[in-house]
Amino acid sequence: MRRDAASSPSGWGGGPPAADASPRPFVPRASPRAMSRLHRVMEPGRAWSTVARLLEATPPLYRVFTWVERLVKGWLFGCRMCGQCALPTTAYTCPQTCPKQLRNGPCGGVSPEGWCEVFPERRCVWVVAYERAERAGRITDLRRLVRPIDQRKWGSSSWVNYWLGRDNYLWTADAERATDELPLVSVR
Amino acid sequence: MGGSATSALPDGREQASFSRLHAVLLGGQFAVTAEIGPPRGATLAGIRRRARLLRGWIDAANITDGQSAVVRLASWAGCVALLEEGVEPVMQLQCRDRNRIALQADLLGAAAVGIPNVLLLTGDHQRFGDHPDARGVFDLDSVQLIWTARTMRDHGRLLSGRTLSSAPRWFIGAVENPFAAPQRYRAERLGKKVAAGAQFVQTQFVFDVPAFARWMARVRELGLHERCFILAGVGPVRSLRALEHMRREVPGLHVPEAVVRRMHAMPEDRVAEEGIALCAEIIQQVRDIPGVAGVHIMAFGWEEAVPDILTRAGLGQRSQAGTAAVAAAELSHSPRSARGNAPEGEAAGRSPAPSPPSTGGADGLASAPMSLAQYSRRLAWGAQAARLFRRGAGGAQTDRLDGYGR
Repeated sequence: MRRDAASSPSGWGGGPPAADASPRPFVPRASPRAMSRLHRVMEPGRAWSTVARLLEATPPLYRVFTWVERLVKGWLFGCRMCGQCALPTTAYTCPQTCPKQLRNGPCGGVSPEGWCEVFPERRCVWVVAYERAERAGRITDLRRLVRPIDQRKWGSSSWVNYWLGRDNYLWTADAERATDELPLVSVR
Repeated sequence: MGGSATSALPDGREQASFSRLHAVLLGGQFAVTAEIGPPRGATLAGIRRRARLLRGWIDAANITDGQSAVVRLASWAGCVALLEEGVEPVMQLQCRDRNRIALQADLLGAAAVGIPNVLLLTGDHQRFGDHPDARGVFDLDSVQLIWTARTMRDHGRLLSGRTLSSAPRWFIGAVENPFAAPQRYRAERLGKKVAAGAQFVQTQFVFDVPAFARWMARVRELGLHERCFILAGVGPVRSLRALEHMRREVPGLHVPEAVVRRMHAMPEDRVAEEGIALCAEIIQQVRDIPGVAGVHIMAFGWEEAVPDILTRAGLGQRSQAGTAAVAAAELSHSPRSARGNAPEGEAAGRSPAPSPPSTGGADGLASAPMSLAQYSRRLAWGAQAARLFRRGAGGAQTDRLDGYGR
């Protein structure tokens, strides 16, 4: 449902938002349950890592693969090709469509009804993530702490990175059990 | 740099405290922090004036950092001025304007100049401010920034893995908005920040006390109040225009209809007084909620109202016993207090007649170093005065403050 910024109940700002390059919250087009099932097929293993190594070794193949990934994930999730996919932890709701790029959202500016602080006519992507996770019975995923991303990986294939085990540092196992033994935030 | 004192917990155990604010919270005293907005100019005079006004009434003061994405004097610079005025600063640091390199550098700088408290937040999007044409950086988010700060402090390492030549020390704080969606999971989100290393939290404005109480109930269920000190954000509504600004321009601020009606029911010239009364009521109500460790008063451009609010809420000036113990500990540890700056401010704050705010041109007022004998005399005199004062009860205090602490 499209809402005009000035008429949203919380009355944010005045008038329509100015055109800018900020990413806009994107409501995913696939259910988390379906995606979890698909994800199991794509889990890293000898086959996939061989494929990944082949792709990396052959730049033209890599480019085609990445192009396909962008099309598919872009349409399904609003994917912006950060290369470090957080979808498994957010009930398949892309955090890079958040205008503040929060990996541990939501921020405090979201309206009480769940509208984005920056684009008040759109649902906060993290509110959507929490709702989807709750419905799919995966709310504990959102307790994980997600580490800072490597900004150099934008544009690379997140599938290839995943299959080659580069995503292992991205988030903690479970924030609830975290004590002083919490792994450090640094990745190197 | 920064406090390396130990303070006594209510059960008698000793625990290291990172700052005076931390020591007050550890001691079980209800803490009061306030917020000072820096100017849109290259001057510290306004900050100094407000610091002198608030000194003795609060445990620490925040200097905001690019609030609402509007350019103002940097938080760190305002904090240095607070240190010189004897008010413990809380430096705010947000992720909108800086990448991880600058964030870590600023954290190190803050620790090096002796800023003992940092408040780490994501920040308002640049769209709201006077430079919507700027790039929003958002290299890290608030949870990651808290995590980074804790790693730097407790493990002496940067995000890159490199070790620091000297580890910083600060009391790490965060913010939380109990009223923003998804309300059911806002306590969980605080849990993430606590797991990342947040030791105290200042919340967004509380006008809806029952909703805040519900959030606190969930916070207690998760046991977070024992790992993190929660300071409820409160603030006076100064005018109907200010109320409209709060409702429409401030992201995340939700003013319930009942409050709006109450304010609109007053004649224009009585709104400010009603705003103060409401703020004092809210402070008293949140104080009764178990797990709330203090309040954070946000009175933008109206810091003069803070003493009045605190008096009406039955809080008065900071307890002499608490601050003296902390100040004494600081005296033995911190080079800054040895020069007499912090105790100077502390003693002045405990005097019954608050120092009148200077009208400007007071920049660069450096206090002369004080001998230990002088300091002890001030402490003793201040203690005597405070005892007499407390016996006189709140009424006596109000008489001395005409209107707003002048």
